[in-house]
Amino acid sequence: MEDHTDDPRLGDLVLLKGNEAVCEGAIWAGCRFFFGYPITPQNQIPEMMSRRMPEVGGTYLQAESELAAISMVHGASSAGARAMTSSSSPGISLMQEGLSYLAGAELPCVVVNIQRGGPGLGNIAGAQSDYLQAVSGAHGDMFLPVYAPGSVQEIYDFVAEAFDTADRVRGPVIVLADAMLGQMTEAMRPRVDACPPAPEKPWATVGARNRAPNLITSLYTQPDSLAQHNRRIRARFESETRELCRADECLTEDADVILVSYGISSRSCQTACELLRESGVRTGLFRPTVVRPFPEARLAQLAARARLVVSVEMSLGQLVKDVRLAVQGRAPVTVLGRPGGTYSTSPEIAEFVVTTLQQMAS
Amino acid sequence: METMEKVAFSTPECMVDATMHYCPGCTHGIVHRLVAEAIDELGIREKCVGISPVGCAVYMYDYMNCDFIQAAHGRAPAVATGLSRALPETIVFTYQGDGDLAAIGTAEIVHAAARNERMTVIFVNNGIYGMTQGQYAPTTLIGQRTSTSPRGRSVEVEGYPIRVSEMLAALDGPTYIARAAVVSPPTVRQAKRAILRAFEAQVTYRGFGFVEVLSTCPTYWGMTPAEALKRAEEHVVPYYPLGELVDRRQGRETATRPE
Repeated sequence: MEDHTDDPRLGDLVLLKGNEAVCEGAIWAGCRFFFGYPITPQNQIPEMMSRRMPEVGGTYLQAESELAAISMVHGASSAGARAMTSSSSPGISLMQEGLSYLAGAELPCVVVNIQRGGPGLGNIAGAQSDYLQAVSGAHGDMFLPVYAPGSVQEIYDFVAEAFDTADRVRGPVIVLADAMLGQMTEAMRPRVDACPPAPEKPWATVGARNRAPNLITSLYTQPDSLAQHNRRIRARFESETRELCRADECLTEDADVILVSYGISSRSCQTACELLRESGVRTGLFRPTVVRPFPEARLAQLAARARLVVSVEMSLGQLVKDVRLAVQGRAPVTVLGRPGGTYSTSPEIAEFVVTTLQQMAS
Repeated sequence: METMEKVAFSTPECMVDATMHYCPGCTHGIVHRLVAEAIDELGIREKCVGISPVGCAVYMYDYMNCDFIQAAHGRAPAVATGLSRALPETIVFTYQGDGDLAAIGTAEIVHAAARNERMTVIFVNNGIYGMTQGQYAPTTLIGQRTSTSPRGRSVEVEGYPIRVSEMLAALDGPTYIARAAVVSPPTVRQAKRAILRAFEAQVTYRGFGFVEVLSTCPTYWGMTPAEALKRAEEHVVPYYPLGELVDRRQGRETATRPE
């Protein structure tokens, strides 16, 4: 990271933990309500929010459980406020009920998942095995944007942007990180400009002064009316997330082997690309920074001239499903998946590619 | 001789003059009206936000003339907390049945009460699950037959009923807790007083007001409305005594939470 920046919106370099960057990004975006519950490896988020929210005139409340925390977000969002919560895998499962209600009731909010090993109690190591949970959301037809940061800077930037995205899609937005990103400390630049104000929310339940009452609900008992509601939500999601089809690319210009990876595991992939190029395998990395909507079109283009696409993930075959859908048979797709909080090193990724290419040739 | 019309009875401003979906003899109609009258008398309709449960009263928003939120099952006190913390000048009330509040929502009500959240809770206790067609509730009485206690609720299998008001009264947090009933004209009048006080606990004393309202469910008790009212007086009220259990309004005149 360079010492100097010409961008007037960005401040001096600071060292922050990923979990701390969640808080600062949210505060910059005008979030003044945080309701959460302790769970490792994201405890720094509620701890820091308990300190910072009162400093900025906001509210921190430790809920009695994740079940309650997401419902408190439901209440604050109904009041028109920018509100958020955070948790880790088992806690996110508890929040899924509330996520579905928030989505059905068209309520904006931001939910951060600092993933850990699962299923069940699992462990507290970083993992990426909540990918499918995040991109499907919860019960019902859910359309929710999912950001996938790969650095402390991106955590800050994506959490900050997520509030604006949530207001535009009128629904929950997930920021999907993991224990390593949450715990690591990196240099980053915070925003020093003013965040644009949030849009007006005439639908909020703030008391019916001089107007007919507002109702915030996800209950639509007639199937035709619920169908219409679902289609409207989907249409708004599609129109408001068009510019969210994003991926970072590294060495893909002439690559005929494409690694696809997000978040922490993409960092080992960068070095793996360099290692592979040293032995003559032209490998590039396609790193989605938003996994819902998934950047299918660009990946399909890259796959069209590839002889192999490898999904590198800290899970047993989750990201690869979206990769296969995007590639649609244009190139062979395989997965290097490591579960339980384990991960592949750069040499292991390189060796996997070489071995796979050899197996394909024979 | 000229006669003058005097309106003796009308729909409260906080109610919508609509035909209700509730069963004949359901006491939700009475309790909705008492809540609406209390809101009108306190002049707070335009500041009110109601939170409806999952249960027969999910449609309360069709009958009340104020902002409403429909909450997940049992989570209304948490939704109310989020709203109240975001907009402290709003008057927020939850309206919950015995499944919503005393089963799935037990944690949420205890903690909202313990925090003395600025809210009013109307707990409609009829000892059965109506919306889902008649299963037993945490407040169903011993011996009572329901669709999931066909041999009658027993201490050995289903355990003892829960007295929610007494349980919450053990906490230091709540500003006002009362148990009332809507099973006879005198009890309806007392229920109205309790509901007014539970709103005042929030409006004037910036705290947590709670009224458990013993109600009937003729349909799933398998009785006529009149028989159900009689059962409530003779069997339900003795197990769930009426009265004010907590009244800390005096001494809590000033708000203690930083705004």
